[in-house]
Amino acid sequence: MSEKRTGAQVMCEALIRNGVEVMFGIPGGAIMPFYYAMWEYRDKLRHVLCRHEQGAGHAAEGYARATGRLGVCIGTSGPGATNLVTAIADAMMDSTPILAITGQVGSHVLGKDAFQETDITGITMPITKHNYLVKRAEDLPYVFEEAIYIATTGRPGPVLIDVTKDAQQATIVPNWDIKLDLPGYKPNYRPNLKQVREAIKLILSAKKPLIIAGHGIIMSGAVEELRAFAERTRIPVITTLHGIGAFPEDHPLSIGMPGMHGWVHVNRAIQECDVLFNIGGRFDDRVTGKASTFAPNAKVIHVDIDPSEIGKNVKVTVPIVADARLALQAFLDEFPPDREAFAELHGHASDWMEHIREMQAKHQPKQQYLNRSDTANMSLPPHDVYAALTKALNSRGNYRVVTDVGQHQMWAAQLIDWYRPRTHITSGGAGTMGFAVPAALGVAIAHPNDTVWAICGDGGFQMTNQEMATIVQEGIKNVKIAVINNGYLGMVRQWQELFENKRYSGTPLSGPDFARLAEAYYWKGITVEHTGQVEAAIEEAYATDGPVLIDFRVEREVNVFPMVPQNKSIGEMILESPHQS
Amino acid sequence: MKKHTIVALVQDRPGVLSRVVGLIRRRGFNIESLAVGHSETPGISRMTIVVEWEDVEQVVKQLYRLIEVLKVSDVTNDPTVEREMALMKLHAPPAKRPEIVALTEVFDAKIVDVGANTMVIEMTGSPSKVQNFIDVIRPYGIREMMRTGRIAMVRGARGHTAEEYVESANGHAERVPAMN
Repeated sequence: MSEKRTGAQVMCEALIRNGVEVMFGIPGGAIMPFYYAMWEYRDKLRHVLCRHEQGAGHAAEGYARATGRLGVCIGTSGPGATNLVTAIADAMMDSTPILAITGQVGSHVLGKDAFQETDITGITMPITKHNYLVKRAEDLPYVFEEAIYIATTGRPGPVLIDVTKDAQQATIVPNWDIKLDLPGYKPNYRPNLKQVREAIKLILSAKKPLIIAGHGIIMSGAVEELRAFAERTRIPVITTLHGIGAFPEDHPLSIGMPGMHGWVHVNRAIQECDVLFNIGGRFDDRVTGKASTFAPNAKVIHVDIDPSEIGKNVKVTVPIVADARLALQAFLDEFPPDREAFAELHGHASDWMEHIREMQAKHQPKQQYLNRSDTANMSLPPHDVYAALTKALNSRGNYRVVTDVGQHQMWAAQLIDWYRPRTHITSGGAGTMGFAVPAALGVAIAHPNDTVWAICGDGGFQMTNQEMATIVQEGIKNVKIAVINNGYLGMVRQWQELFENKRYSGTPLSGPDFARLAEAYYWKGITVEHTGQVEAAIEEAYATDGPVLIDFRVEREVNVFPMVPQNKSIGEMILESPHQS
Repeated sequence: MKKHTIVALVQDRPGVLSRVVGLIRRRGFNIESLAVGHSETPGISRMTIVVEWEDVEQVVKQLYRLIEVLKVSDVTNDPTVEREMALMKLHAPPAKRPEIVALTEVFDAKIVDVGANTMVIEMTGSPSKVQNFIDVIRPYGIREMMRTGRIAMVRGARGHTAEEYVESANGHAERVPAMN
């Protein structure tokens, strides 16, 4: 280990030491030494050449979200680095552990506006969990160790390491004897038992308790603990957009998704509940609607590993700073201290569930939206695509679904049946259009035996579809793309229809013939225009040993309902277009 | 909105000042005063930040998200010693000097340079005392002025030594692996 190494070799070895197996990136001048070194390690480190650094970033996110492991993306200095910015911001919002490695101009010209120089550490300061500028090769072993530790522990997030070209080229004897020195970074994993007991008292006193399961359940691997806790207490479980998969939707205690496009009975239950137990969710404004009117009768218990999330948007009665899995384990250990109260809770919980089911029956969300009467005359209502796709997914299993951002994303969250963690991957916090195709690339590499469906709108698809070439170059066969093509930036058009008197400003959108575009990328392309063709197209996609794109040319002006208008209480939901009757 | 005085202990690493300032800027608040310098322990700096904040608890929590931030305290309601320093270069022709010297003595300020027609005065004290002195001296003609920004320290045994955080740096938090 006392052999001399270049900084670039040290970077490769640091990644291998930390279990990294795959990286997504694009080379360029300032990162060339790293690519030069990568060649020696190509048996252990797979490099996937993307077509745009944003694609590399989203692919790293997809890989991380599908596995819980670190995703790595690479860009050169200047534009290579700035192209990563959107993906880094997306990873920050969705707590996704990625490491972005960027090349930087030589340290002797740093700050002199050199060719392809950009202050990427300055640019990414507010959108990374932490970032580094490395000017000396000697610092690389420590910085990589610390960066990966920070990205993957506590509340995960993106970390960027910017390495000057001369630091990559310099020859050193690396010191791998690393002791992390992070006095200001001590994520608290174990819950305070006093607070857990207080929370249990609150739960036992509840007549209308609810659990909200967020992304933290999936990130901490708490799916089994959540299930055990819900079953023991019989409290109904809500799953947020990122909590999808944390609790199986066919479970009798599962009631569905809350928020802006959540189900009526779920939002009404939140407005009625008296104890709201949020585990690993951050009370995003898409969940709460107008925060001051959210869950007005509820005492709130909030488990989050990030103390700054507690009390940020919603007032909390019992705060618990902890890892969701360890917190739930503590809840299971401490329950039940009082048999009588426990029996009473069960009684209340089943009355309450009955009430929620009654509300649900009144609105019949999924069935109602799958068999809508207003879609009877449409040649291809989008809901028919989801009905057929759900059927295919359920009958074949082994699926991962990546969705982009917009109407198709909300329909997917609402209409597909979700059972397992890390099967639903989407851009939630940042709402990044263009996420799905490259993220699906990362997911497909992580899970080569699963069928990875990327569901896109025609808008987001046109932002990053060049990664279809990457998928072919890598020999990936398990990706299928479904474009829900309505010729609009559909979600914005929906808002314009409902709230701006149908001024379709900047939303009508043309595209190429997507099936022919797919063929140009050496994919199979299928066009679907009628409901009658949907099932056969999906069957053909499954039967094809290779990537397939289906262009579903759906009815153009169908809306996502239910919907809570911006800044309204989640109790005030719109169920249908006021313009249609 | 109320003015708050925040004292933060931070690791002395490149970019830390930028991160702290950026985090406050992100929320659209204006920093009224910011002073940074070494603490009693090498490698650790103390910052005093004065800012108008509506929700100071949330910003304190956000500051803790920064990797290099060790301790943040809102000392607005604590008994503190607060100091600020100002250097003033005055227009001081010989005829005016006796008056200026007299005022300087009254305020316990120091004359640190005398030129042909100028004097440089060093004034240290509580922010209000510094301000009073500036108000009194301004009519003589201030050619240049620099103020350091406020530094604050909690009185008595309370507060936080940097030492506690250096000590606790041994090892790091256990890593809980995700399992799915």
